[in-house]
Amino acid sequence: MALFEAHHLHKRFADQVVLEDITLSFEVNQISGIMGPNGAGKTTCFNVLTGRYRPDRGKVLFDGQDITGLPPRKIARHGIARSFQMMNLFDEYTALENIVLALPEVRAKGFSVLHDLAHDGSAQDRGAAVLARIGLAGREHTLSSALSYGQRRALEIGIALAAEPRMLFLDEPTSGLGTDATATLAALIQEIRKSVTIVIIEHDMKFLFDLADRIAVIHWGQVIAQGSPEALGENEWVRASNLGALA
Amino acid sequence: MSILPQALSARLANWFTAPMLVSFLVFGTMPFWIDAVGLYQYLGVEVMIWVIFALAVNLLLGYTGLPSFGHGAFLGIGAYAYGLTQFNVAANLWISLLGAVVVTAALGGLVAALISHRRGIYFALMTIACAQIFYFVASKWTDMTGGEDGLLNILRLPVDLGLTEFSIKSNFNLYYLCFAAYVIIVVLMWRLVHSPFGQIIRAIKQNDSRVAFLGYNVWLYKWLIFTLSCAISGLAGALFAMAQEGAYINIMSLQWSGIVILMVLIGGGFINFWGPVLGVIFYFLARDILGAYTDTWLLWFGLIFVIMVMFKPEGLAGIWHDAQSMFGRRKAKPQPDPSAKPSHAGGD
Repeated sequence: MALFEAHHLHKRFADQVVLEDITLSFEVNQISGIMGPNGAGKTTCFNVLTGRYRPDRGKVLFDGQDITGLPPRKIARHGIARSFQMMNLFDEYTALENIVLALPEVRAKGFSVLHDLAHDGSAQDRGAAVLARIGLAGREHTLSSALSYGQRRALEIGIALAAEPRMLFLDEPTSGLGTDATATLAALIQEIRKSVTIVIIEHDMKFLFDLADRIAVIHWGQVIAQGSPEALGENEWVRASNLGALA
Repeated sequence: MSILPQALSARLANWFTAPMLVSFLVFGTMPFWIDAVGLYQYLGVEVMIWVIFALAVNLLLGYTGLPSFGHGAFLGIGAYAYGLTQFNVAANLWISLLGAVVVTAALGGLVAALISHRRGIYFALMTIACAQIFYFVASKWTDMTGGEDGLLNILRLPVDLGLTEFSIKSNFNLYYLCFAAYVIIVVLMWRLVHSPFGQIIRAIKQNDSRVAFLGYNVWLYKWLIFTLSCAISGLAGALFAMAQEGAYINIMSLQWSGIVILMVLIGGGFINFWGPVLGVIFYFLARDILGAYTDTWLLWFGLIFVIMVMFKPEGLAGIWHDAQSMFGRRKAKPQPDPSAKPSHAGGD
């Protein structure tokens, strides 16, 4: 059953058509991949799906509800979280504070002025559990700016996970990671897929083909092919574009 | 030790801190020693008023990362609203103070509604534009504001406490009214910036886009903090009108909006809650001490600001933190984890 559907999305910036008639659907608890060359429109597609940009045409449905054009905060409140290609952390905060801020229970207390997060045992414990899940146990009180690149990538995903999403969009999560860190990240994604539907944009084809249940290929702002990794390997268009050969 | 005193002390620690109590002690006794150090009572009144105003500005600049370069307008609106409430509604201190705070908050809320979707330079320019609108309205609406002459003969109304009342006609007594306002503002503001609300506005300063993707209504938080800052500025404006016994258009000029930013930055409002307090004290001491030697004291103050920005952009609070770190290193041999969050981060 499709948890998330996008129908005939169009997006243009001035006279540049970036997305043209994009139709995608993501199944519950599956890992879906989006691949394509640089400038193909993958990140713009993510930005439209997660509310940063409003599509010019088309419809986005989440669990049957129309969320087309909703702002990011409303989309987040539907249970959709995302990580970013460029690191998007709160650098003046510790790793734990980054996570705690993303917890739904903290968001619910956002206007409280009598509450003290530093002494909120429940929020601190839940935040620490998320950090442990992403392999950052023991780094709770380290400023996020002082973490290594791989740890910051993990924290980026941890913030998205802390929001307890039903749907998680990961934008190039392996970008800049070494082999070991990529393997750790793959294990983490395998672990969280049990509870979250995941969509990944990725340039690392091996990573994507190993993890994904379905992959869509975007080129020139259009979906040129989609299917299982095996089926895509046989797709003539994909072969011709040389993307399948990378896998 | 029983559990109750521990719980009580933890609860009190949420509201009061050692630096806060030190500031209460220093400012609370100031009228008794200020003459002895060669200064004068009215200076204490000025310091208190500008400290409240600078703390309000720092809620925006230091905590939320919103550069309001026209905030002097709200100090002026508070002053005019205090006088106009006194003249036209009721000659009662509390009602006039309430009038000042409510009117300034309402106009601040209106401005905030127009600009809260902006950030950075666009936000700053729009605050300047709005401040200029208020300035010209105040200068041209002579029937209401007295125009260039200002609103004269604003009274220092007695402080009616129900069972008793006292006059604030002397600067000594007026100082204690300002000090009471300072205590209330500091305690409430401290709690605010250390609450989840405070944590979110500091996150907005760092990365507002990510905050939105976490499900927070960034516009609403910005609107609230701007309106609150204006309300506190309005309170400072009302106290200013009492101190000056008038409300003048000069205070709404961009020059004063700029000076309060200088105070906040020199003090170190970006890294410490107490930065604006240090900055205001530094400004007024520079004015009175440098001013005793030269009419061009503001030139020298400006030079100090330039040097500070070049060599210590964290301001006086940054120098204080450095001194603390050096002292701490000498006392304790083991080196702390340099990546660990410093205890002062977030500003205490």
